[in-house]
Amino acid sequence: MITIIKKERLADKVTRLVLDAPLIAKKAKAGQFVILRPNERAERIPLTVADYNRETGDLSVIYQTVGRTTAELDLLGVGDMILNVAGPLGKASDLEGIKRAAVVGGGLGCAIAYPQAKALFELGAKVDMIAGFRTKELVILEDEMKACSNLTLVTDDGSYGTKGLVTDALKEKILAGAAYDTVIAIGPPVMMKYVSLLTKEFGIRTIVSMNPIMIDGTGMCGGCRLTVDGKTKFACVDGPDFDGHLVDFDELMRRNAAYRSEEQEEMRHFHECNLLKGNG
Amino acid sequence: MANMQQNKTPMKEQLPNIRNTNWDEVACGYTAEEAMHEASRCLGCKNPACVKGCPVSVKIPEFLSEVAKGNFENAYRIIRSTNALPAISGRVCPQESQCEGKCVRGIKGEPVAIGRLERFCADYMMQKQQKASEPAQNGEGKIKVAVVGSGPAGLSCAGDLVTRGYHVTVFEALHKAGGVLVYGIPEFRLPKTIVENEIRTLEAMGVEIMTDMVIGRVLSVDELFDMGYEAVFIGSGAGLPRFMGIEGENANGVYSANEFLTRINLMKAYREEYVTPIRKGRSVAVVGGGNVAMDAARSAKRLGAEHVYVIYRRGEAEMPARREEIHHAKEEGIEFLFLTNPTKIGVDEKGNAESIRCVKMSLGEPDASGRRSPVAVEGSDFDLAIDTVIIAVGTAPNPLIRMTTPGLETDRRGCFVTSDGNTTTREGVFAGGDAVTGAATVILAMGAGRDAAKKIDEFIKSK
Repeated sequence: MITIIKKERLADKVTRLVLDAPLIAKKAKAGQFVILRPNERAERIPLTVADYNRETGDLSVIYQTVGRTTAELDLLGVGDMILNVAGPLGKASDLEGIKRAAVVGGGLGCAIAYPQAKALFELGAKVDMIAGFRTKELVILEDEMKACSNLTLVTDDGSYGTKGLVTDALKEKILAGAAYDTVIAIGPPVMMKYVSLLTKEFGIRTIVSMNPIMIDGTGMCGGCRLTVDGKTKFACVDGPDFDGHLVDFDELMRRNAAYRSEEQEEMRHFHECNLLKGNG
Repeated sequence: MANMQQNKTPMKEQLPNIRNTNWDEVACGYTAEEAMHEASRCLGCKNPACVKGCPVSVKIPEFLSEVAKGNFENAYRIIRSTNALPAISGRVCPQESQCEGKCVRGIKGEPVAIGRLERFCADYMMQKQQKASEPAQNGEGKIKVAVVGSGPAGLSCAGDLVTRGYHVTVFEALHKAGGVLVYGIPEFRLPKTIVENEIRTLEAMGVEIMTDMVIGRVLSVDELFDMGYEAVFIGSGAGLPRFMGIEGENANGVYSANEFLTRINLMKAYREEYVTPIRKGRSVAVVGGGNVAMDAARSAKRLGAEHVYVIYRRGEAEMPARREEIHHAKEEGIEFLFLTNPTKIGVDEKGNAESIRCVKMSLGEPDASGRRSPVAVEGSDFDLAIDTVIIAVGTAPNPLIRMTTPGLETDRRGCFVTSDGNTTTREGVFAGGDAVTGAATVILAMGAGRDAAKKIDEFIKSK
């Protein structure tokens, strides 16, 4: 059992939790994740480590309320306990030797991209961050990202920052002469796919971070498998970071949609239950 | 005078067409009268072959003689003195190739139903709520030993170490203790209340269990030594699923047996009140011929499948599953395709599995393992329409501990190298069960856990 010590709404449906998890905070590194189960009937969901403090034992995770389990997690507040939190899991990002990087985040992916940018910044790399959101209301972590990088913010509808896609902004920077040795892209699979296609043209090494469906997070179920360079890999133990030029993104997108109808059904139940509770 | 009835006393079972729609236990157990009657079939051999067939050397004639007299509590104590988890082994051991396979009564007629009687004694005690366990022991001041993994190897090792006077902490990676007993073996074959009860008994004896502790990530083996543990037992099992490497294997609707069974058993996907999603296939292909394949097939049936096919590349006689599981599966309407091997999974435009292509096999010359190796029959390909595929072709040990523990050697299959079955290449680190042997049975893992406990005791005393 792990206690929530801080809860902060970052944008609509996007929330940061700070947990009192000294064992995990002591070990966690950028790129790793935890598996969390809010209550007995819930699923085990993977959430990337967003921040940690080795001295205080604080561990931050950021989630978006999309399915039933995140909705149930969202019912918990400061002082409440989360039934199970296991981690840190997965391999830490290999940021060794990177001098000049572009870190591209899409939507909630910025919550995962930000610790990578911060870690690179602390290692002395020069970092450009390109953060893309659908619209102004969904922008998160702007101050944090600015503090560790030269930030370019784009929105799909132009309501904040520059109007456009992260790939447009990245291409512009590359063409303007930014000599990146590495691009890190974290966000929806479709975004990572197009960033990887772009950087392939320019021959820039590209790391993407996978967030597939997963149960145990220790290599036991194979639910998180994906094809990398023609071989089957498990995101939980072989990743979550992979070479973006080698990942089969189309397969990944199909697999991520595997339970969409079941998830919608569960959400309907959840809302009905809460409506009943509200009326009762 | 022994009861000379030739056949085993039958045990009541749920009817096949009723049980394949529910998750309750298939076999209902003996009554006290049935147990006494069956136990009296034992001849009480002076030199009992059955005991030699048992990986944990249960004193079989001794406990059977107590059962025959109606002294069930005494019988339980005798079993419990060498077997930490009798309610479990009585249900899942392959008795036909162990104790019962050696029973002299089996030469002419059926062997004594040792497994059913072991189960009876354990269940009897559980119902009486008087666990024959030692009182909880205070761990203070005792020498600390860490056990990694709470499956059959870890639990049996922990039970023995606590009895030997150590302070034992079991570290489990998942949120619930029990390992394969809770994530792998289904409710209808091994009710989870039975597993919980056996674990509670161990806790009452003083075993400390910590969940969500992924050793190799949260803590390393070296850190366990830093924390004051004088020896570490690794019973991390063989939990890494193998796939076949055929086209279409990453399609939606294709599961490893581990994922399919974990969603059902650990995550309770079959119960309304749990959130876990699972595909309820109408037509399901299960690839493989072991106990795990039987468990997956019978679970798919219970989720409501109309057709469940077990596809196995060798013949029925070569199947590694327990006879009883094959028998039960057939009764429940599982369709077996023997001498058949999948070569490709057909995928629709949305990425879902829609068919499985198979080829017929014939058995050729015996291979290195002594089993006749299957050879594809040319031109015998056919397609089977399915919507779900479950791959149950075996598992390998998880690499997490090997990768994070310097000096701990493994062989090319990823199994820990040991000098005597338990002692690894790192001083103070012992291992046992599937992590050493590769995927095997619950009882062999329990036997290995016991052996390791003895070696850990010797190691610590010799320091």
